[in-house]
Amino acid sequence: MAVLRVKFTKTKRDKLAQVLWILNWISVVTGAILFSLGLFLKVEINKRGELMAERDIQYMPNMLIAVGLIACAINFLGGKICYDCVDTTKFLRWKLIMLPYIICTFFFTFCVLVGALMCYSMRGELEVSLDLGLTEAMRFYKDTDTPGRCFLKRTVDMLQIEFHCCGNSGYKDWFQIQWISNRYLDMSQKEVVDRLRSNVEGKYLMDGVPFSCCNINSPRPCIQQQITNNSAHFNYEHQTEELNLWIKGCREALLEHYNYIMQSIGLAVLITWLFELSVLTGVRYLQTSLENVLRQGDPNSESDGWLLENSFIETARTNLNIIKSLGKSNQIDTANNGDPNINVPSTSKAHYGPDNVPPKQTPEAEEQHH
Amino acid sequence: MLLKMKFTQQRRVHLAQGLWLLSWLAVMCGVFIFCLGVYLKIELLRRAEVMDNTEIHVVPNILMMVGLASIGTNWVASRVCQDSLDSSRFPRWKVLLMAWFGVAAMLCCLLIAVVVLSYALQGRLEESLKVGLRNGIRFYKDTDVPGRCFQKETIDRLQMEFRCCGNNNFRDWFEVQWVSNRYLDFTSKDVKDRIRSNVDGRYLLDGVPFSCCNPASPRPCLQYHLTDNSVHYNYEFQSEELNLYSRGCRQALIDYYMGLMNSTGPGVLSVILIQMSVLLSLRYLQTAVEGAMALEDPEGDSEGYFLEKGVKETFEDVKANVLTMLKIGQVDPTAAEESPEDADAEKAADNTEKAASPTPAS
Repeated sequence: MAVLRVKFTKTKRDKLAQVLWILNWISVVTGAILFSLGLFLKVEINKRGELMAERDIQYMPNMLIAVGLIACAINFLGGKICYDCVDTTKFLRWKLIMLPYIICTFFFTFCVLVGALMCYSMRGELEVSLDLGLTEAMRFYKDTDTPGRCFLKRTVDMLQIEFHCCGNSGYKDWFQIQWISNRYLDMSQKEVVDRLRSNVEGKYLMDGVPFSCCNINSPRPCIQQQITNNSAHFNYEHQTEELNLWIKGCREALLEHYNYIMQSIGLAVLITWLFELSVLTGVRYLQTSLENVLRQGDPNSESDGWLLENSFIETARTNLNIIKSLGKSNQIDTANNGDPNINVPSTSKAHYGPDNVPPKQTPEAEEQHH
Repeated sequence: MLLKMKFTQQRRVHLAQGLWLLSWLAVMCGVFIFCLGVYLKIELLRRAEVMDNTEIHVVPNILMMVGLASIGTNWVASRVCQDSLDSSRFPRWKVLLMAWFGVAAMLCCLLIAVVVLSYALQGRLEESLKVGLRNGIRFYKDTDVPGRCFQKETIDRLQMEFRCCGNNNFRDWFEVQWVSNRYLDFTSKDVKDRIRSNVDGRYLLDGVPFSCCNPASPRPCLQYHLTDNSVHYNYEFQSEELNLYSRGCRQALIDYYMGLMNSTGPGVLSVILIQMSVLLSLRYLQTAVEGAMALEDPEGDSEGYFLEKGVKETFEDVKANVLTMLKIGQVDPTAAEESPEDADAEKAADNTEKAASPTPAS
């Protein structure tokens, strides 16, 4: 009782082989696309590498790159096999390899599916990484004279200008850190000294933001300093003012950007997975129908193709038994009470001299022979 | 005969095949020129708000026209090549080929004109940008006036994208009131002083908008009181270079557009070369095939040439032809001597001017 049995005439088999050959080549192209998508993601993540804390997010693009390369190789081999399958004599070359190939490809498609699902699950890790990275970057905004951190000011400014965002969660993050370096503070002024004394750590905190937070859609020239002080500016109410600065936080803006990329990549990987699965099904049908043709002996006759020879349960049972017996090859056989000295005669007919008269067989052997 | 070449049948076949490929290459070049024109036009339109006139648009317009015309022309050339080796189909192209040569020569001239124009119009572009940017800076504060409300956003975006400030430099902002009266507190002494300090009653300050700030500066941006060293700690306005963008936007835009046109220069020049080689090869093919068709043995050797007579003679011939064509349209008052040429021309004139008054000569 085979699973999904289909009858194949000779022309149908040939057509299937040709179609599969073309589909395998298309799969090579999709594998190359997956590879380039992985590369693209890697480049995008590295571009903002300064804003991400050390987290394990490189595994995602690396996996995509590996999957893309393996898909190319597997489908290239598949294309070669299908090309040869049109001719039954050439098929004999590949006969022994085909079943392992199909099993390997089946497990590989699992990897592709896992890759697609990982695209959607990377968000959590990315958010934590961005949160930590942005906090650090904002803290070192003022350190333009410290080697190793001197470009952080420029990076953060360009980020806020490009992504239309301000601060980590919002612009108030800037109120909690000192983003003006001590080099540019006049320590002799009373106001500066007051501010420094007003908090425990001696930081110069102010309710102002850098210029890169300014919103270009504002009808009014940008208000950067004394943001929470309504009386410092004419006709200004800071609670209702929405257009002055960028409202969105940079973490959210970057997450949206990466989410968009990841969703598109995830969709592409899912489509590739479906495609690979259908190609695999075709190859399986081709393999079984060609094997049946060889069994029947006449290369031009009809044959059956199927996915599994017996039902799922029986196939599972047989495979389990095979695996069990593989494991048992090192163990002692407990059938005869564990005694290896009992003679278990062979069941083959032996040549016993010119008369060819077999010796009298023991009753045990006769039983076993039947 | 000018620039004669001998053509065997084999050579004619090779020429036809090579020319067919070359003309399809020329079609691709036509597509390239068209796309180039479209790209330039889009780039110019994107910054149309800071340009005063659209004179510079003639460059991309010509490129688009030439691109489309060259696609059609070179496609016709490929059809001619296909028919050239078939003596029954080739004669129908005879009349069209004369016109084709004229069109192809004109396309080459137009492309050369485009290259020349893109350098010559640089001055006009600069003028246009000067006026446009001056207006943009003047209307920066008018975000409540319909028709000008986007000037602020345009100028801010421009300054940030091109890393520039003001028209010539950042001091242009000192001469303009860029803070709207809606946001000025007229009861404050400082505001009243500033407004009284100049004739027009404008609120001028030595400050610039935030979009002039340079992110590469090691220090948080200083926008206001730029000329006053005492207001900011550790600040010297004469030696401070990194605080604001030092380039003017007019210069930045000119550099950008000139760079764009310069980088496309080699491409356009090679397209001109390809078009001229198509023209030359088609002329040789035409004369060689016509010569072969006139022979008793069509597969024999024939001669191909560029011009049948010398340059001067051909020029005189063409001039005479054009003048006779022009004379057909005119009334001829002084036709006392009737040379055979004139008689022919007048007969043609008579036939075409039956409706008009009869000529005194006849």
